[in-house]
Amino acid sequence: MTMQPASTEIAARTAAVIAGLRGLEGPLLPILHGIQDEFGFVPPEALPVIADALNISKAEVHGVVTFYHDYRNHPAGRHVLKLCQAEACQAMGSDAITAQIKQRLGIGFHETAKDGSVTLEPVYCLGLCACAPAAMLDGDVIGRLDADALDDIVQAVRA
Amino acid sequence: MTATIYIPRDSGALAVGAEKVARNIERELTARGIQATIVRNGSRGAYFLEPMVEVETAAGRIAYGPVKPADVASLIEADFLAGGAHRLALGDPEKIPFFAKQTRLTFARCGIIDPLSLDAYKAHGGLAGLRNAVAMAPADIVKQVTESGLRGRGGAGFPTGIKWNTVLGAVSDRKYIVCNGDEGDSGTFADRMIFEGDPFVLIEGMAIAGIAVGATKGYIYIRSEYPHGIATMTAAIEIARREGVLGVNVLGSPNAFDIEVRTGAGAYVCGEETSLLNSLEGKRGVVRAKPPLPALQGLFGKPTVVNNVISLASVPIILDRGAAFYKDFGIGRSRGTIPLQIAGNVRYGGLFEAAFGLTLGDIVDGIAGGTATGRPVKAVQVGGPLGAYFPRSLFDTPFDYEAFAAKDGLVGHAGIVVFDDSADMLKQARFAMEFCAIESCGKCTPCRIGSTRGVETLDKIRAGVEPEKQIALVTDLCNTMKFGSLCALGGFTPYPVMSALNHFPDDFRPAAMAEAAE
Repeated sequence: MTMQPASTEIAARTAAVIAGLRGLEGPLLPILHGIQDEFGFVPPEALPVIADALNISKAEVHGVVTFYHDYRNHPAGRHVLKLCQAEACQAMGSDAITAQIKQRLGIGFHETAKDGSVTLEPVYCLGLCACAPAAMLDGDVIGRLDADALDDIVQAVRA
Repeated sequence: MTATIYIPRDSGALAVGAEKVARNIERELTARGIQATIVRNGSRGAYFLEPMVEVETAAGRIAYGPVKPADVASLIEADFLAGGAHRLALGDPEKIPFFAKQTRLTFARCGIIDPLSLDAYKAHGGLAGLRNAVAMAPADIVKQVTESGLRGRGGAGFPTGIKWNTVLGAVSDRKYIVCNGDEGDSGTFADRMIFEGDPFVLIEGMAIAGIAVGATKGYIYIRSEYPHGIATMTAAIEIARREGVLGVNVLGSPNAFDIEVRTGAGAYVCGEETSLLNSLEGKRGVVRAKPPLPALQGLFGKPTVVNNVISLASVPIILDRGAAFYKDFGIGRSRGTIPLQIAGNVRYGGLFEAAFGLTLGDIVDGIAGGTATGRPVKAVQVGGPLGAYFPRSLFDTPFDYEAFAAKDGLVGHAGIVVFDDSADMLKQARFAMEFCAIESCGKCTPCRIGSTRGVETLDKIRAGVEPEKQIALVTDLCNTMKFGSLCALGGFTPYPVMSALNHFPDDFRPAAMAEAAE
């Protein structure tokens, strides 16, 4: 299991991320991306540190974090599998593929397997619409998903 | 002579095994002591042939595809480095019908060159437009773009030159060029192909835009779902800075221009221009009311050009060959070329750049070759999740902004998603409402509440609860959303819903009734 860092450590690491990015115009999204890269999620303890550094309210930071689908408020599994649910993939049977993968991993969307191996997320288009159905496993793109590809995915996340 | 092998690094090729093919080719060549240069190009866009490997021979390029990792050994045995015969041999790629029938202006280099080689970019006509632009008066650049007839390729179809002219005329200490690369529409991947396959054309287009309107800073907002696009674009910008294409003296001229890539965070609505500007500013991606126009009060309140990737990437050829050359392609008020993105259940899927004017039937039955499953085509969604579903009876509609609008549809970003006869149009209508509910920014009521009520009402039709009454209710709701929403998300969700309902009424009959009738 991923150990959650202590809040003082979170504050220090958050401050380091902010230091490298605060000179940008409109730095909040780059900072939040940086924090998610650093911790794997955006820890609630990071929000007041950001608010303080950018001289905006904590509510404002909270509002931004919760608006965007990408930011997590808790750690994901060791692997993140995103399955495309948009129309081009639907036209190539993504519903059936999704049902199979949910069943084989034993989890639904936005859930993490009990052993912490994988988090399953829906995604609305990966731009791989001419090789649908498509998925992304930890940043690696997978097209023309079929039974063999599913086997490979399941094997990869359990390894 | 050392042979040159081209293996695409485009996401669409990687998704079907290009990386493994590249590794196998490298390993096999090393094992046999054969010298060769491997170039990782973008994709030409024929995804049904990916991974498509090309070799440079004395007689020109020869393509092989789709190459599986297991095919590599036999390719080498067939002496593919010299263009040897093999069951995967496709011959001269330019002569493959899918490519031969295209008019490649914006995508002239995509899939042909190493996307990160500025020398290759220049050797294939790159920077000619920017060289002309630095020697021109800003108003003349804007005039060229206006006269070319180029319209916003993101979907709205607003004349690009007119937008630029407004920004040119605005007085401000600072102006911006914002490139909308939040390509969230299902069935579209043209922007991604440019990021990954020809990033310099976008840099060149943005630099021209900057010089034309007097902006010195550009942002490219790319969705986080495109990590490869972000990486290639970022690397290309660094090269462009190093080589003096960007910086304080663009191509040695007194014009300064620089670009920064910003990553989205998974919100579809940020493809809407005002929402994108809020996101760039570090705010919730909530839509702004217009006026004020972004051209006058855009990013950080400054005059801003917000253009789609394809609009900006089409500018270099206009400045290179002239407005008249570009305008000569197309029909009616839709001038130039459009990169059609053929996707979903099709035999030949991919990017097909053509002059406006092909009919939907030409595209679906001709170029796409019908469905991948071999079943009859039932519906074609044009223009992403906010685009209408077209039945076969409307296949004579020419690809043109006005012609599609006249059929209660839209060209959008030119994504074409084909469904076979197993599609359930009530389900597709429900998905449109559900997607709107998930992605609504929440600012206006018709979109925020209407989408959820839409899902509930369509579910009642499915359950057979007073279907006639529900259909009347959905129709009324769509009317409210269409005319009462602030932006296209709520305003256009009625397109897929109402087109499904109007063109495929049988799918909206309650199950029990439908079964009884059969």
